[in-house]
Amino acid sequence: MKSIFKLVIAVAAALAALPAFAAINVFACEPEWGALAQELAGDGVSVYSGTTALQDPHRIEARPSLIARVRSADLVICTGADLEVGWLPLLLTQSGNAKIQPGSPGFFEASQYAAKIEIPKIVDRSLGDIHPSGNPHVHLDPRNIATVAQVLGERFIRLDPANADVYRTRAASFQERWRAAVQHWEQQAARLRGAPIVVYHRDMSYLINWLGLREVGSLEPKPGIPPTPSHLAEIVERMRREPAKAIVYSAYNDPRAAEFLSERARIPAVMLPFTVGGSDRARDLFGLFDDTLARLLATVK
Amino acid sequence: MIRKISAALAVSAALGLCHAANAATEDDLKDLREQVRQMKLDYEKRIDALERRLQEAENAAVRAEATARNAGATASKAATAANQAAVQASSRPTGENAMNPGVSLILNGIYSNLSQDPNGFRINGFVPTMGDVAPTMRGLSLGESELAFAANIDHHFRGTLIASISPDNNSAAIEEGYLQTLSLSNGFTLKAGRFFSSVGYQNQIHAHAWDFADAPLANKVFLGNQLSEEGVQLRWVAPTDLYLDVGLELGRGRQFPGGPDGGRNKNGFGSSNLFTHAGGDIGASTAWQAGLSYLSTSAQDRSYNDLDATGTTVSSSFSGRSRLWVLDGILKWAPNRNNTYTNFKLQGEYFRRSEDGNLVYDTAAASLGTQTGGFASRQSGWYLQGVYQFMPMWRIGYRFDQLNSGTTTLGLVDSGALGAADFPVLGSYNPTRHTLMADWSPSEFSRIRLQLARDRSRRGATDNQVLLQYIMSLGAHGAHKF
Repeated sequence: MKSIFKLVIAVAAALAALPAFAAINVFACEPEWGALAQELAGDGVSVYSGTTALQDPHRIEARPSLIARVRSADLVICTGADLEVGWLPLLLTQSGNAKIQPGSPGFFEASQYAAKIEIPKIVDRSLGDIHPSGNPHVHLDPRNIATVAQVLGERFIRLDPANADVYRTRAASFQERWRAAVQHWEQQAARLRGAPIVVYHRDMSYLINWLGLREVGSLEPKPGIPPTPSHLAEIVERMRREPAKAIVYSAYNDPRAAEFLSERARIPAVMLPFTVGGSDRARDLFGLFDDTLARLLATVK
Repeated sequence: MIRKISAALAVSAALGLCHAANAATEDDLKDLREQVRQMKLDYEKRIDALERRLQEAENAAVRAEATARNAGATASKAATAANQAAVQASSRPTGENAMNPGVSLILNGIYSNLSQDPNGFRINGFVPTMGDVAPTMRGLSLGESELAFAANIDHHFRGTLIASISPDNNSAAIEEGYLQTLSLSNGFTLKAGRFFSSVGYQNQIHAHAWDFADAPLANKVFLGNQLSEEGVQLRWVAPTDLYLDVGLELGRGRQFPGGPDGGRNKNGFGSSNLFTHAGGDIGASTAWQAGLSYLSTSAQDRSYNDLDATGTTVSSSFSGRSRLWVLDGILKWAPNRNNTYTNFKLQGEYFRRSEDGNLVYDTAAASLGTQTGGFASRQSGWYLQGVYQFMPMWRIGYRFDQLNSGTTTLGLVDSGALGAADFPVLGSYNPTRHTLMADWSPSEFSRIRLQLARDRSRRGATDNQVLLQYIMSLGAHGAHKF
């Protein structure tokens, strides 16, 4: 009798521990949008990120495990602006999932809600792998995160109206915490304003724009083209004349080119996490910017 | 504050006056009192004036503050509006080129140096497929250019047309032209039209995306280089984290191993292909996929040419059932799945075919006269290839091909009506080939490849091949297929 009672208790406890509502299956093309979905919906979502911070989001292959995840997704959150042009269309058409096709409520492109910069005047592949609709890496300006969060929160309500209040409360709480954090980051970073830096790929442009840094060169001779010895030599020469304060590269970049330049030009090189998961501290969106600023402040003297 | 000062002044003034009073007369006192009263009035007036001015200043400050607040609100409204305008302005309408289909063009050219004449190419031990299996012509030549259009048609369908333009006879052929559904849901996708059959792995990939300049020998003998079928395909992806799909294709059997060339003149279908794939990830750096397909065709008058024992070119034709099993596997490795710097791809397929039916010798009665006998064959073949990107832009690869001609039973030979020498190409022989390649891709859109091969497809004649090839891709971004 006692053991049956114990069992009943255990089962009841297990049931209570289950989420109160069926989770929305989210497929995030990049970890930052997965992290944002988690912030805005908490237990209401089960998030799978198709890529990690150690992968170049341009060069993903539509591998079987990704098709399988998109097949079961209720919501696909991607950057858009052609960042995933090589692989997302394949995932969508191979998935046999009508819920997440473009134009459906289950398809969300974050960059549509952010003001894009670096929109090329001339669209030509001789300029490298450029994005006709502008630089897609919008998440590195935290103000864009706030704007996207606004729309994404509404999207959750649309997909799961029964839990609208939960999403509203979570969104309000996130926005408040985010506003305070952005203010704090901006104060912290005030002294970085105007600092000249060299980047690896132009994936930091929104960060640079937000903090008022000055990009004075990139290790890639052209977007998407790996660094070449002659191009590096040219930058070394330029850095001798007008030294930059730092060389920044992303977690998914090979550090060797940055280290080469760092040694020759005597400029510190710093790896930035780029997205959630790019470093131990960048465990969520707050950690991403905390760590990015900490690393920049420690490098740019 | 000002009131306190005025009180203090009054007190000090009063104290000072007390001293003076001792020495002064009554008149003087009066005068003094009058003076003090005047002074008091005077001060009070001044203090009043000061207070009024202070009050005015305070009011002005409050007003200014309110104005500033309003201005701030207006400014933030303006900023929001400007941000929205910027978002609008910076978002071009998504979708492929607004409403035009995505267009892409592949340019391909080749220099080939072959020790054997490509016009005499055959793969001994196997029924010739009449497909495009021979090496490219010697010297410099333009390969097939490919023109592709693709776009979503509406919310139900997506359309794709891929044409290959052949430089030799100035003709354009449709490689693939199909629609596929977007809205079936539950993992189902239906494809209809002409498309590369999902038999094996390599068959579905367009030539410009191959890791070697030519197809594996097994694809040449079992699928006529590349099987493009006209029909319908239904595919279902399982709702599991491990990738699992099952599909069925029904086609007209317009190409080898179906036949005749272009398909039979009959209702229904001439070929069916049942396939399944599984795939997933292993650890943080490896991904795999394995597939099994079963292609069954009923060929009628599938003809081929060969020299018989008299040295005459005769045409023979097969009618019957052809069954092909293909097992394929792909393993891809890249550190942390970041394939930008280094990556490795291992790919292999095993083919097993059985054919049963009748073979008609000399259909045009050009030599020893038309005769019919039974035909049965059990044959197999496989290839394994590895491609390693050892630094950005640079890859090297090696492929090994082997075919096993197995057993071929000819009724006409068994009965003694004709000799094995009348079917020389079907004589038992196991072709092999070694292929080495190195390619350089300065960007995702261009590739230059050097390929060396030692091809023993022909009995007693080794073909040493050197190929130099370029593949250029223009227009819409290609798909990164697994």
